[in-house]
Amino acid sequence: MVNSGRTLILIPAFNEEAAIGAVVREARGHLPDLPVLVVDDGSADGTVAAARAAGARVLSLPCHLGLGGCVQAGYKLAFELGYEEVVRIDGDGQHDPRYIPQLLEALRRTGCEMAIGVRAGAAARGSTLARRIGIQCFRLLLRPILGRPVTDPTSGFVAVNRRALEVFARSFPLEYPEIETLVVLQRRRFRFVEVPVPARPRMAGQSTITPLRSVYYVVHVLLGVFVNILRLDARRAARAVGERLDD
Amino acid sequence: MIELLDILTVLGVVLLLVVLRAIRREHIRVEHSVSWLAAAAALIALSRSGALLEEAARRVGAGEPALILLMLILIVFLGVFYRFSRIVSELKDMNITLTQRVAILEFLLKEKNGQA
Repeated sequence: MVNSGRTLILIPAFNEEAAIGAVVREARGHLPDLPVLVVDDGSADGTVAAARAAGARVLSLPCHLGLGGCVQAGYKLAFELGYEEVVRIDGDGQHDPRYIPQLLEALRRTGCEMAIGVRAGAAARGSTLARRIGIQCFRLLLRPILGRPVTDPTSGFVAVNRRALEVFARSFPLEYPEIETLVVLQRRRFRFVEVPVPARPRMAGQSTITPLRSVYYVVHVLLGVFVNILRLDARRAARAVGERLDD
Repeated sequence: MIELLDILTVLGVVLLLVVLRAIRREHIRVEHSVSWLAAAAALIALSRSGALLEEAARRVGAGEPALILLMLILIVFLGVFYRFSRIVSELKDMNITLTQRVAILEFLLKEKNGQA
């Protein structure tokens, strides 16, 4: 059961003209009561027109900010408009909107701040070997930091509640945000729940993560996680000082 | 080693001229040129101060006065690069915030007029 007055579907998009119309129509077809917001990250093609034609509201960024800046703009708007929950799906059609209710149900049932759609199925298995190795490394890295295993740390199919929305509207990783987001949640002592969802191949276009960029991706994410751990430690130290002063 | 000091003087003059030209053409804002101008002026002055460099080299134990100057150049330029990295990072953050704000305000305006 989804509540149309409090939940928003957020779709970040950059040059997704070929897929965005179908993605929006599919989301609206399965969940006609939920508003769909496409955040266009300065696309050079007809993404905005295609999204509008399919019935989405469009937040159009005047210049390209990258995925994190694009998603954060959507979170900021959703927070300002008073939404209680935001579900993010990708604009390339990899995420099946039929599973949005499952994510929202898990979010509400568990009281967690974030629900992550864990990709499974043929499309997920069809991912490149390098990518699967990379994801496995990130899982090993994140386990001790988060204090629990995380199955699919790079999934962009997520639902967040208003508490997380408030934090992300203020502070959100700007490039390759998915993994760093988990550490940001941990810093706030927020929790997440994982929900299995089938993965699908993208409807059109190609991934922007080329082999060269994947090296940059790994270095960037490792650095981002490391910086967030330092902030986590600083926060713990400050809390410890506060507790000693209280005593 | 005198020749190296002469080369460093020429480099200092070239740096000074390049920065002044960039200011004149508004490629660099005046407030951001101060570090470069100071570095260029220091480079010229020190490369012409043989006695001072010799005294510094003697105290530090460096064999050649020019080595002292090269070390100073390295330190100063690292400092300048660090300062500009901070400025660029700060400007990027502000730019992102402003871009998001502009987009949100435009969206709200269009919503109000029924165009979003």
